[in-house]
Amino acid sequence: MIGTVHYLALSAVLFSIGAVGAVVRRNVIIIFMSIELMLNAANLAFVAGSNSLGSMNGQSIVFFVMTVAAAEAAVGLAVILALFRNRQTVAADEIALLKW
Amino acid sequence: MHAAATEVTASLPIAVSYLRYIPLAPLVGVLFHVALGYRLGRRAVGLVACAAVAVSFALAAKAFLTVLGSAAGTVVTDNVYQWLSSGEFTANVTFSVDALSSVMIMVVTGVGFLIHLYSIGYMAHEEDYARFFAYLNLFTAAMLVLVLADNLPLMFVGWEGVGLCSYLLIGFWYTDPEKASAGKKAFLVNRIGDAGFVLGAFTIFWALVDLGQGSLTFATINARAAELPAWASLAGALLLFVGATGKSAQIPLYVWLPDAMAGPTPVSALIHAATMVTAGVYMVARLHGLFEAAPAALQVVGIVGAATALLAATIGIAQTDIKKVLAYSTVSQLGYMFLALGVGAYGAGIFHVMTHAFFKALLFLGAGSVIHGLHDEQDIRRMGGVAQKMPITHATFALGVLAIAGVPGLSGFFSKDEILASAYAGGHFGLWICGVLGASITAFYMTRLYVLTFRGKFRGDHHKWDHAHESPIQMTLPLMVLAALAVVGGYVGVPEVLGGNNAFAEYLAPSVGHHQLGLAAGTELMLMGISVAAALTGIGLAWVMYSKGPDADLILKNKLGGLYQQMREAYNIDAVYDALVVQPLMRASDALWHSVDVRVIDGVANGTAAAVNSAGEGWRRWSTGNVQHYMLTVLVGVAALILALTLSSLIGVAG
Amino acid sequence: MRNALSLLVLTPAIGALLLGAVPNGAEALMRRLSLAVSLVPLAICVWIWSVFDTSRGDFQLVERVGWLPQFGASYMVGIDGISLLLIALTVVLTPIVLIAAAGSVHHRFKGYLVAMLMLESTMLGSLVAIDLLLFYVFWELMLVPMFLIIGIWGGERRVYASIKFLLFTMVGSLPMLAAIIYLAMQHGVGAGQVGNLSFALGDLYGTHLSPVAAQACFLAFFLAFAVKVPMFPLHTWLPDAHVEAPTGGSVILAGVLLKMGTYGFLRFALPLFPEAMVAASYWIGALAVIGIVYGALVAMVQPDMKKLVAYSSVSHLGFVMLGIVSLNTAGVEGAVYQMLNHGVSTGALFLLVGVVYERRHTRLIAEYGGLWKQLPVYAVCFLVVMLSSIGLPGLNGFVGEFLILLGAFRFNHALGAVAASGVVLGAAYMLWMYQRVMFGPVTNEKNLKLTDMTRRELATVLPLIALAFVMGVYPRPFFDVMRASVATTLAHASKATAARDLAAGNQPTAHAAAGASIRVRESPRHVVAEPEGGGAAAPAEDSAVPAAGNGEAH
Repeated sequence: MIGTVHYLALSAVLFSIGAVGAVVRRNVIIIFMSIELMLNAANLAFVAGSNSLGSMNGQSIVFFVMTVAAAEAAVGLAVILALFRNRQTVAADEIALLKW
Repeated sequence: MHAAATEVTASLPIAVSYLRYIPLAPLVGVLFHVALGYRLGRRAVGLVACAAVAVSFALAAKAFLTVLGSAAGTVVTDNVYQWLSSGEFTANVTFSVDALSSVMIMVVTGVGFLIHLYSIGYMAHEEDYARFFAYLNLFTAAMLVLVLADNLPLMFVGWEGVGLCSYLLIGFWYTDPEKASAGKKAFLVNRIGDAGFVLGAFTIFWALVDLGQGSLTFATINARAAELPAWASLAGALLLFVGATGKSAQIPLYVWLPDAMAGPTPVSALIHAATMVTAGVYMVARLHGLFEAAPAALQVVGIVGAATALLAATIGIAQTDIKKVLAYSTVSQLGYMFLALGVGAYGAGIFHVMTHAFFKALLFLGAGSVIHGLHDEQDIRRMGGVAQKMPITHATFALGVLAIAGVPGLSGFFSKDEILASAYAGGHFGLWICGVLGASITAFYMTRLYVLTFRGKFRGDHHKWDHAHESPIQMTLPLMVLAALAVVGGYVGVPEVLGGNNAFAEYLAPSVGHHQLGLAAGTELMLMGISVAAALTGIGLAWVMYSKGPDADLILKNKLGGLYQQMREAYNIDAVYDALVVQPLMRASDALWHSVDVRVIDGVANGTAAAVNSAGEGWRRWSTGNVQHYMLTVLVGVAALILALTLSSLIGVAG
Repeated sequence: MRNALSLLVLTPAIGALLLGAVPNGAEALMRRLSLAVSLVPLAICVWIWSVFDTSRGDFQLVERVGWLPQFGASYMVGIDGISLLLIALTVVLTPIVLIAAAGSVHHRFKGYLVAMLMLESTMLGSLVAIDLLLFYVFWELMLVPMFLIIGIWGGERRVYASIKFLLFTMVGSLPMLAAIIYLAMQHGVGAGQVGNLSFALGDLYGTHLSPVAAQACFLAFFLAFAVKVPMFPLHTWLPDAHVEAPTGGSVILAGVLLKMGTYGFLRFALPLFPEAMVAASYWIGALAVIGIVYGALVAMVQPDMKKLVAYSSVSHLGFVMLGIVSLNTAGVEGAVYQMLNHGVSTGALFLLVGVVYERRHTRLIAEYGGLWKQLPVYAVCFLVVMLSSIGLPGLNGFVGEFLILLGAFRFNHALGAVAASGVVLGAAYMLWMYQRVMFGPVTNEKNLKLTDMTRRELATVLPLIALAFVMGVYPRPFFDVMRASVATTLAHASKATAARDLAAGNQPTAHAAAGASIRVRESPRHVVAEPEGGGAAAPAEDSAVPAAGNGEAH
């Protein structure tokens, strides 16, 4: 039987993969995808919690997260696109214009 | 304090609505000059300027005749509107004419009109014709507001207004930095006096509020002055007198007047001799009730007046610029007027204001005519014999000199004599001595001026002599009218001992009280004799000395030694003021700016900023600007947090 | 027009949005549009003036909408006579500044106009807000457009100046926020309803505060407002900001923004903490007088025209503060009037300095000289404005200065007398500057080619000159508007003031002016019972509180 703990474990694994990916990768698109992964890991945890507690709150929060993620995806990809057009690169360490 | 002054008669008001047009007419003239003056040309400007003052004169005459023809104590008032109102304080634009102000408006508009007329000729070659007449009209309007005002705040409007016009007119030829500076000096010195004026007004106002009648109308102040606490009336009177010393060029604020001669000569005649400078005298007379309530203040007025009269007269002896001589003589004569006020002889003071307006305006205009005729020559050492070329100017000027010297029969004699007699009668023996001495010196330097200018041989360059000419009719006509006034103007106030009835003092009595001399006829005649003798001595001495030419100055120089040099340099008061007031202020300002503002205050502000900055410099190492580093930090932190929580719960369970 | 005030505040902001839609490059369109937009608040203000009931001293045209009801904060606006006058000043100056912009702004024209309109919106918002939180929001928002105006369109050291401006004001206003929140939390305490917050000004009068808390709160408000005024020694941001700001920025900065400080004292500090303010009045008065003399002296030695005018502002605003702390009718009414005067005359002075700056690109006095010969119209305009600034009777400046000195002299003879010397010094630095710029021969050849004022420049200055004359000759309409409101404001502090005046040996001056809708109770018993001005805070019921303000929306 797959219980809440399994879902939470999967969520933790997914989150860790996302976190490590966001920290170590240099390609902005990969970083971006890693962040999405973390968001979805959180979603999974919410849904699992919602199921086990018998409350709808968790699921409704997931909808919020998905909306935010979608908006983020739209804006983020647009930013990356604009960036690429200007600088012909998507490597994070080459985009250091604002760095002191 | 002084011999019985009859009660000031309660005022009987007549309400009219034409008084407002007296100052308004010249003001309309100003608007005309500003808007159209440069387009319509000289003729129109001159015409409008004179017409505006003529309208004022006609209306002033109407008011004067009303007061003259009505019962004693009649006041013609014109309440225009409420100007200021705040809390207990109100000030109305209300004009009023009583005996005192009727004399003043007649002098201002009458002499003013003559000087406007004269200016048409004098300024004929001036480029900025419209500007000149705009200023002149504006001055007339402001002066009329000053004398017509029925309360202190409104008077102050005129008071500062005339100061402004004086500033503008002294600096009329603004391209000359020295003239511009002289204008500025006049304004600033006057402002010092004005600060005293407003503080005096405040003192009186709040003291009256405490009495339950917060008002600054002259009627209220005079009526309730006696009830004021002694400190209030004393402080108020003294502070107002500070204002008077500024405007009327008394010690210690007289220094601007000699410099004011940088302005065109008609300006010197109108503003710096006949009208504006007498404003202080008028104000003190206007507030005689207040000053009588503070005898100590009145004493100060008298002493300052006498000291100024004497001091300025001594400076006048040594001057070589024709206008400077007249300027110091004006300061000196103003001193006489304050001397009169100080001994409580307000009527005599105002009488002298009037006669002085006649003969001093005449003298200035005459001097202007000479300067004009000699193509801007002002140094009397390079004049002489001008009488041949300028007969009318010469004759009128001579009458002016005789009048100011106090030769019996001319206007100056009557007014000056009344002042000196009043001083003596009031027991102010010291002031009387000063006055007689001053009279003698006045006669001396005026004769010197006359002889050096008109008698003997011409000493300047002959080129100027060849082109010298008598002035045009617009200029000589005012001279002749003023000369006539300088001769007969005194006959309105012939004292009883000489068979007159002192009509002038009688007329003024409702405004300022009548000052009975209370002297025996013999004493009065003796005093008269002494002052006439003093005057004649001065005239005779100067005539004998200076008939030989300006080198006679050397005789004085040898006699007086270093003092003479001091007199010629006007005791270097300007340098003293500069060293004691102006320079320290400038240095302090500079120090304040550079040390307090820049170093202390900005130092604190910038120091804080620098501290924050260096702190940030340290923290900066943590902030690489790489988001991934931040994220790593966050992850490590969260992991540590979770670890800590877990451990603590484990320990908790174990415990 | 139930929402007249909201309309007033919103119109410029909406106009700014509209302006944003105008394509870049269409400058003529932008000019016309911005001017048209800025005339709407002017029209609304005229309408408000016409319906304003001058006999009432409470807030009028009140609107109230819940904002954060659980915290007791609401969108609550209303005006009294004092704010109406300042609103009038704002809506008059803004169109003038927008007209002047065409001559003085040469890049990012649209952005400048948008910033100006936003600035107008936030200034009007601060003036109508009668909810403390709302006021604070507008108060801080005001900084943003001004910061941008100095920082983007300013002179060489614009970044330094704009940051200095921002930091000085922010440091001042943060403590005020804390004090506002504390005050709101204390609101319910006195009535036994802890936790019942309110930010509405009307609710907060007479809030129960311990003397120490009242003084601390007052200090916080004082700091915020004193920086803005600016009072000595917090003034050093002003000269830098003025020198670097573009002409229009200086006009608004001097004309309206500085008045927010003095307005804050009258609207908030005095009614909320009367005892603390009265106790501090001698200190504030002394600082004000120092400011008067100091500003004048330092102005005297400035080589830069704009800096000179900036320091003269320090001096003039010192007069305003002195009038406020004299806490009598003449002083406070004079102070309110002087706020308007300063807006008119100093605004005009900055415009005039801008005129020659546009031609020569220098503001150094030494670079000029003999300008009268070259620019007679300019010289005459300058002369009139200068005379108005130094308080010549017949022009506006005199009325304010005279009444302030009158009130201050009652408050304290020494302060009044020293302040009067500021009048002399004021004339000194102005006349000296005028002489060096206008008189004398033309010494600098570059000045020979100068042209006189253009029609547009005249259009910006002449309305102000006309106002200067009207306000000097016939000030009555303005005083009618403010009279009842000033009486109401003073009534909040009447008890403390009476105690102070008694201690100083003056008879308490009556604050109840004609037409005030409230009656001030002045019982001598209370006056005697109160030993010093800074005694315990009075319970609310004892001081007369205006009826409305805490009332419902109309």
